[in-house]
Amino acid sequence: MPVVSFFLIISATLFCIGLMATLTRRHAIFILIGIELMLAAANLNFIVFWRYDSQPHDHPAGILITLFAIAIAAAETAVGLALVIAVYRHYRTTQVNSLDQLKG
Amino acid sequence: MDLDQIFVIAKQQVLAWLTGAGASVGVVQVISSLINIAAVLAVFLTLFALISVIERKVLARIQNRYGPNRVGPFGLLQPVADGIKMLIKEDIVPRRADAIVHFIAPVVMCAAATLTLCVIPYGRNMTPVAIDGGVLLFFAAGAPAELAVFMAGWGSNNKYSMLGAMRAIAQMVSYELPLLLAALPVVMITGSLSPDEIVAAQGHYSFGTVPHWFAVTPWGAVAFLLFFIAGLVESNRTPFDLPEGESEIVAGHMMEYSGFKYALFFMAEYFGMFAVSGLGVTLFLGGWTSPVSWLEWIPSYIWFFLKLSVLLLLFLWIRGTLPRLRMDQVMSFAWKFMLPMAFVCIVAAAVWHYAGRGLIGWVWSLAIVVVAYLPLTKLLWTGKQFAVRQYRFAE
Amino acid sequence: MTLLVIIAIVTLASALAAATLGNLMHAALNLVLSFLGVAAFYFFLDAEFVGLVQVLIYVGAVAVLIVFTILLTRRDEEKKNGLPWGGVLVAFVVFGGLIWAIVKTPINSIPTPHLATLPVHRIGQILMTDYVWPLQAVGVLLTAALVGALILVMEEKP
Repeated sequence: MPVVSFFLIISATLFCIGLMATLTRRHAIFILIGIELMLAAANLNFIVFWRYDSQPHDHPAGILITLFAIAIAAAETAVGLALVIAVYRHYRTTQVNSLDQLKG
Repeated sequence: MDLDQIFVIAKQQVLAWLTGAGASVGVVQVISSLINIAAVLAVFLTLFALISVIERKVLARIQNRYGPNRVGPFGLLQPVADGIKMLIKEDIVPRRADAIVHFIAPVVMCAAATLTLCVIPYGRNMTPVAIDGGVLLFFAAGAPAELAVFMAGWGSNNKYSMLGAMRAIAQMVSYELPLLLAALPVVMITGSLSPDEIVAAQGHYSFGTVPHWFAVTPWGAVAFLLFFIAGLVESNRTPFDLPEGESEIVAGHMMEYSGFKYALFFMAEYFGMFAVSGLGVTLFLGGWTSPVSWLEWIPSYIWFFLKLSVLLLLFLWIRGTLPRLRMDQVMSFAWKFMLPMAFVCIVAAAVWHYAGRGLIGWVWSLAIVVVAYLPLTKLLWTGKQFAVRQYRFAE
Repeated sequence: MTLLVIIAIVTLASALAAATLGNLMHAALNLVLSFLGVAAFYFFLDAEFVGLVQVLIYVGAVAVLIVFTILLTRRDEEKKNGLPWGGVLVAFVVFGGLIWAIVKTPINSIPTPHLATLPVHRIGQILMTDYVWPLQAVGVLLTAALVGALILVMEEKP
């Protein structure tokens, strides 16, 4: 069984890849893909710490919070993609740079 | 000589010989998994070949003609001829198609379909992958099949392919809900997601002759029907095969595939049919248990494959009898009838359980199911009259 | 251990591909591969139920949603601007900070406990007794998301 740091480094890398996708892409769907990657990395962290707890336990708190996080991520993706479709129908573009009508 | 456990004993002998010959524990585990995989693939590839010729003969007899009857006795060696034909065909890939996606789509579809076959208990102690969340693994492994359909449609760079793929995915996603919800009352009553425990919960008999299968309870019968219909849709079979009907959209998402890749899609569709039928037998028809207690000496895997054959013949019979549904009819059927009916099944199952699982519970759950069914049918009633049926026979 | 390293490399490489590829469809399919890699990690960490739920929801629903949206909002030309270095710099700084925090913490001195496999019915039991309020809240949240997404894409009647 590998040490904790192995899994933590992997989830940190996944999180930063997601962060890079969110910050550097201009297409709305890529931003949502980045958010999904960040959420997956955080869920992996939860499960790693649940598994490597210092005392043996029976309580699945880490598993439950991950399940709720997956459900919430799915709901948020659905609403985000509905927003992208609605914006596309109106403005015919998915580049977030072009959505600047409220700019002061 | 225990005929029931003959395969299990044979595998244990092989593994004992391997351990005696000095193999390490890891190697023995890998060999054990390989034996399981080989057994599943061998059985289901043979069944696939057999079903493809039996389907053609059954459809032909329904349509009052002979099926294939030239290759081998009664045409039973036709799959060999079909296989040779598929293998020697030229593999055409459209020039502007996305090569990687076009190549991977049939592979992913076959992998998903084969993975779902591994959690079904084929006999006593004969489940290839016996994990705690078996039913959930079945549905999770069926999920990449929708993505594979999409990859096939998009990778072909063809408008009609894409249209067929979108229709197929819309259908499969809409009917995944009734499929899951129809399996839910069984999981609720048994209290476990493991198929072995579900089969064990159906193994008792009342008066020695009436089995405790879930399909003989009112909620179980309705849930079994819903599961079966949703399984028909998930495998894209008639009457729900608009995405791949030959007179509508040639072959839908499989249009640009030729030769062995088309054979892989075909095989994946049939494996999906086997898997859904197998899970239906496990959840509702008692798995490998026998229907009456005085026939228990027949081996468990024989019972399982008998029940599986009955369901597969039902698939073929429906294909030969019913016409194709339109897309909007398919969608409204899913969302307006099957989903509410599945919820009613869950409630009826709970009532059956809490009223003691006896006659009172049976009557109450039957009442709930009937009271919910009547207004739902009124909702979808279109008021069309059927024409007088005309029979025409070949002279 | 080597299997874990291979799965880690596949997950991270496909996540990187999903983040940087120009072709939107290839990026979405690489995202699916990285989700499958994360599910494999859950299986290794004795959390099989979460792994199966991850495949069922992320690959079966979220990926299909993303792919459908890519189809419905398709534009054939992709603007090829240079990579904005500000975002990449921020990501590298955060990465550096996280790695420094992980390496500096003496967490590897805790021995790994031997966990008994958690049966699924225990999760169900806990969900219905101790965690029933979060369960109902998630139900309300999913209903709200469903209704909200439907309203957002419903075409207005002319």
